[in-house]
Amino acid sequence: MTVTFRALLGASVAFTLTGAALAETTITVATVNNGDMIRMQGLMDDFYAKHPDIKVEWVTLEENVLRQNVTTDIATGGGQYDVLTIGTYEVPIWGKQGWLARLNDLPADYDVDDLLPAIRGGLTVDGTLYASPFYGESSMVMYRTDLMQAAGMEMPEAPTWADIETAAAAMHNPDAGVYGVCLRGKAGWGENTAFITAMSNSFGARWFDENWVPQFDQPEWKATLDFYLNLMNSYGPPGASNNGFNENLTLFNQGKCGMWIDATVAASFVTGKDSTVADSVGFALAPDNGLGKRGNWLWAWSLAIPASSQKQDAAKAFINWATNKDYLALVAEKEGWANVPPGTRTSLYANEDYAKVPFAKMTIDSINTADPNNPSVKPVPYVGVQFVAIPEFQGMGTTVGEIFSAALAGQKTADQALAEAQAAVTEEMKASGYIE
Amino acid sequence: MSTQSTRMAARFMVAPSVLVLLVWMIVPLAMTAYFSFRLYRLLSPDRTGWVGFNNYIWFFNSPDFWLALTNTLMLVGGVLVITVVLGILIALLLDQPVKGQGLLRILVIAPFFVMPPVAASIWENLFMHPQNGLFAALARGFGAQPILFLESYPMPSVIGIVAWEWLPFATLIFVTALQSLSSEQLEAAEMDGASAFNRFRYIILPHLTRAITVVILIQTIFLLGIFGEIFTTTQGGPGSASTTLPYMIFKQAIAAKDIGRAAAGGIIAVILANIVAYFLMRGLGRHLDA
Repeated sequence: MTVTFRALLGASVAFTLTGAALAETTITVATVNNGDMIRMQGLMDDFYAKHPDIKVEWVTLEENVLRQNVTTDIATGGGQYDVLTIGTYEVPIWGKQGWLARLNDLPADYDVDDLLPAIRGGLTVDGTLYASPFYGESSMVMYRTDLMQAAGMEMPEAPTWADIETAAAAMHNPDAGVYGVCLRGKAGWGENTAFITAMSNSFGARWFDENWVPQFDQPEWKATLDFYLNLMNSYGPPGASNNGFNENLTLFNQGKCGMWIDATVAASFVTGKDSTVADSVGFALAPDNGLGKRGNWLWAWSLAIPASSQKQDAAKAFINWATNKDYLALVAEKEGWANVPPGTRTSLYANEDYAKVPFAKMTIDSINTADPNNPSVKPVPYVGVQFVAIPEFQGMGTTVGEIFSAALAGQKTADQALAEAQAAVTEEMKASGYIE
Repeated sequence: MSTQSTRMAARFMVAPSVLVLLVWMIVPLAMTAYFSFRLYRLLSPDRTGWVGFNNYIWFFNSPDFWLALTNTLMLVGGVLVITVVLGILIALLLDQPVKGQGLLRILVIAPFFVMPPVAASIWENLFMHPQNGLFAALARGFGAQPILFLESYPMPSVIGIVAWEWLPFATLIFVTALQSLSSEQLEAAEMDGASAFNRFRYIILPHLTRAITVVILIQTIFLLGIFGEIFTTTQGGPGSASTTLPYMIFKQAIAAKDIGRAAAGGIIAVILANIVAYFLMRGLGRHLDA
């Protein structure tokens, strides 16, 4: 009996070892190096406990480099990655080109109907979900409550652009090193172009009309750029044409900005341990001009699977783990509610504990007012609030961003910048076959 | 003594390495030339075909192209002037026998080993930053407005950063060259009543000619392809004020994902480099032989 028992024990051990070795799949996940993703890598024990037969290899890169790598890989069929971290810009384009695997067969506990409608809409093509949102963001106004109080002013919950200008004038004190408002000026389709495009929606402007003709020569764009340049030249920090998200975050945390209009995810940083003004930050919706659209954008970093991946089941298991309600609860338990990836699920915002986080309400309100299918006051032929979901936008957006950045640096007037933008975008649209 | 047969044997033995180097060079060049005549955009793979010289014409018609060419030549010329002139002066100083000469040399050589994006980031954020930078603090100390280096003077700022990085290289070569200069000649000239300036002009400088030629040739090769510093600091801006030809190629390849255009830009850069090399060799070639 002993011998049989030992033999059986040995056989079962050998079996589990070989069994495990045979069944183990390794998936490669390409991800962006921001705080929420780094946090996820620290919580992988939970995933391995639930899925011991899947091993994950991480490739963590900075956003621009990630975009280049992933785009080149998927366009050339490189097949390096099984899970990609991409955004609401890439998903509609790549989904339509058939480069992504469909995600309409995820298990029931994923609860696809729990996804916020605006985010889900941005990741769905022809009724099929092609990516699962990891975190969602919009943009809003972050302002210094102490400086507003000292100026004897109050920030409305839904300010207009005129309110912003008044507040900036009141808080602007360059001798004390405080600038009324800090906005993005650094060139890049995801930097200043994203911000100014979202802003232009609230002025009634749009990139293209229904026939894909560029609209930079229209009065709405002139109004947008004139206001932006005037605001920044009067109340912005010097050297603003070099300031992107990171630079403005540093300036705000150092107490040098009266207001900062940028991504809702910045809220957890400006009220966190690196900020010298953590206790004096208030939030308001992105401004509008009373035309029916606010100046906020919509973005969701999402996990998707290339259609060429050989390990789609394992990849889907990973995506389900990383983006369903249990993961949010896990982060809340380990790191607190303020650090839960925001902006993806309705259930998160119905949660009482999460409602206590100071920026939670403003974030969800901002996300809900953004509609990627109808971003502007006038009708448009494209999807996207702060971008145009066509492949050519990356190049055009960068060119236009450089032109606007040069205008901010004083190298061109607003009229010159708009004329150059119109010429460059028109030429590109003709070369790409959208217009004759 | 090398007979004909040993020379043939030598040629055969060297042949494999030469072959590998030839393939290494010719395959990318041929592929680039091939792509430069095609319509190839990564994100629109369904549109392909031959487009003749359209990609090249796009470059020549682009408003940024001639500015980019000028910027490239200014970058190369500016850095060469700064590094050669300052390099000789610092090499003369370093040649003096002082205490701690070894440590001093290491400190002077150090900037060359800092990675370009790191060096650029340090200059951008710690020195040139209008709010947090050292220069801004100095300006405010004197009651003046801080200069917006990267916004108002992007190309000179980039030239300054690149010159700071390459100065150690030039200095090192010149120090080595100076060490091979016999001190007896200098002493004899000094005893004959030659001033320090005349000693420099008639003895030291001619001796350094070969070293200067080497520095200019090697630096030109690398400076024509400078990219990291521009990418980290100005991204070729504001507008296109600090865009060089390599940066333009990068924008087409990576930002616009238009491989055809980027390849055409690459071929134009190769032609430019060959033109520069031709003039350099004609001007300096005779100094290479002793």
